[in-house]
Amino acid sequence: MKSKSLAAPYLVWMVLFTVIPLAIVAYYAFTDSQTGQFTLENVSNIGNYMPILIKSIWLALISSVICLIIGYPVAYFIAGCDEILQRFLYMLVMLPMCISFLLRTLAWVALTEDTGIINNIITALGMEPLPLIRNNGAVVLGMVYNYLPYMIMPLYTVIMKIDRNLVEAAEDLGCNGTNVFKRVIFPLSVPGIISGFTMVFVPAVSTFYISQKLGSSGTTLIGDVIESQFKTAYNPNLGAALSLVLMVMIFICIGVMNRFGDDEEVITL
Amino acid sequence: MKKIIPVLLSAVMLFTAMPVKANAEPVTINVYNWGQYISDGTDGYIDVNKAFTEATGIEVNYMTFDSNETMYTKLKTGGSTYDVIIPSDYMAARLIAEDMLEELDYSNIPNYAYVDEAYKNTTYDPDNKYTVPYTWGTVGVIYNKKYVDEADIGSWDLLWNSKYSGKILMFDNPRDAFAISELLLGLSINTEDEAELRSAAYKLIEQKPLVQSYVMDQIFDKMEREEAWIAPYYAGDYLLMVQENPDLGFYFPEEGFNLFIDAMCIPKGCQNKEAAEAYINFLCSAEISGQNLDYLGYSTPVSDAKQYMNPDTAASEIAYPTSETLENGSAFCYLQTETSQLMDSLWLEVKTQGSVDSYAIICMSAVAALLASYFVIHNIRKKKRLANRCKKWKQ
Repeated sequence: MKSKSLAAPYLVWMVLFTVIPLAIVAYYAFTDSQTGQFTLENVSNIGNYMPILIKSIWLALISSVICLIIGYPVAYFIAGCDEILQRFLYMLVMLPMCISFLLRTLAWVALTEDTGIINNIITALGMEPLPLIRNNGAVVLGMVYNYLPYMIMPLYTVIMKIDRNLVEAAEDLGCNGTNVFKRVIFPLSVPGIISGFTMVFVPAVSTFYISQKLGSSGTTLIGDVIESQFKTAYNPNLGAALSLVLMVMIFICIGVMNRFGDDEEVITL
Repeated sequence: MKKIIPVLLSAVMLFTAMPVKANAEPVTINVYNWGQYISDGTDGYIDVNKAFTEATGIEVNYMTFDSNETMYTKLKTGGSTYDVIIPSDYMAARLIAEDMLEELDYSNIPNYAYVDEAYKNTTYDPDNKYTVPYTWGTVGVIYNKKYVDEADIGSWDLLWNSKYSGKILMFDNPRDAFAISELLLGLSINTEDEAELRSAAYKLIEQKPLVQSYVMDQIFDKMEREEAWIAPYYAGDYLLMVQENPDLGFYFPEEGFNLFIDAMCIPKGCQNKEAAEAYINFLCSAEISGQNLDYLGYSTPVSDAKQYMNPDTAASEIAYPTSETLENGSAFCYLQTETSQLMDSLWLEVKTQGSVDSYAIICMSAVAALLASYFVIHNIRKKKRLANRCKKWKQ
């Protein structure tokens, strides 16, 4: 009983700042902007934005996979260092997060623009400037750069906690290095992969700032559409409907990812 | 505190005519204006807000927006109260029509008398009840002389010239963007006809592959650093930009252009109406208007203000075009709610057009198919294994 009462403050917090706002979002999604009456028009309009939604999910997925490919070896390496070095490296991973996310994205703009730092160096060397900005690749780069720490952190925590005795036991029983990783370390780090993947995927799929700064006029993502509905077009009903659909899509994606986390499945990987 | 009181006292003594109460608690007004739209003390020009505080003791909490639409949304969603806002003509008309503005008490704004007659009894506020003009100006094309061929300029179609693909910027608000497309098509910039609006939207979609990005005040940075070469923008801002990059040029397109007035208003829910009116009055005085707009490059509606300006600015044909040029300009009028909603949704269509990426859709379907088959195969294998285990156990 005691443990339940301790959760009460969070419960109040959640009702106030999660449940009620969600209810308001749902209310707006299903009402008409003029009359305030129930309507399915906003939700049925979403078909028009499906290709954009799919594109957003696709780019977020690529970013998450790249983050995993880059982040896993980093986390593995950090977890293997001695304690002081571990703390130092972990701090280095966290360090960029002390600077505003907007500022970091703008810094990439300054780097990659046609008249930006990188292209200035390239042209000074007598080569043709490269199209570094305003394409899908630049958007993915922005996402990977900004969300990579969210991948490394859970991976590091999970890998660090793996019992060294298990690794030793496997080695004693004649397992070679590759197999120790494949059969012991990797399966045990799956929970970290899943939470890292989720933590990168969710903000990446709904981002709008990165695509506006690093993308072209053609890389409008679902986050941009939602933002414009609230910021300039003043159509909160359509914006709410789009947010609701996006949320459902994210839940589906997380649900699929979590299926990888079933213990039974991991063992057979 | 010790320092503030004498300053306040002297200010009160100097400006006894100002409607200020000599309270210990300083009054603060919230001012909501366009970005880069007031002289803020750079390059030795006047710091208008500071001068106002010094003159009246009223503190100014100054905030900026990047388009009329953003400002409208902020007002509409509430949560923040403003004492003075400075929207453009058509947005002022919309706010008046939707009963979102307070009527002004012109006896508190004696400097209104100095405003030129041309900027009174306007279409957006025919009875002069809600607004006081802050500036007026024009929209034209800014281009970089280094990269843009002189033979190509003269018309709005420069923004549709595929030679400069990727180096063209466009307005990031529906009203200004549609106006350009409408002018190019020979339509009125105040058209409410659905078919005409659709053809204007189609024209914008046609332009989209050439557009580097849809921006507002980022234009300054992009044009000055030559990241982009061509952009439609407000003439006053061109005068600011050209100081940073002398290679920039400007012209009034032959098809006509938008002529606008930005007006100071007090929105409903204002906390300090008298202080807000004092602020409006202050900005309207010839001296302040002159010094402020000398820096801004926009045009003053108070002719007397020109004597406080740099003579070059006052004589500039871009800030103060000849009446011949001005004849080609047209002002925005208020559009019906249905029309502006249609424009908003067409604008969204323009902005989301071309984002459809068949490659992404194919890849996503492939990923989905892979995942599905993985789970199906996995389940089958799991069942088999379970069955095998059961068999073994039975044996």
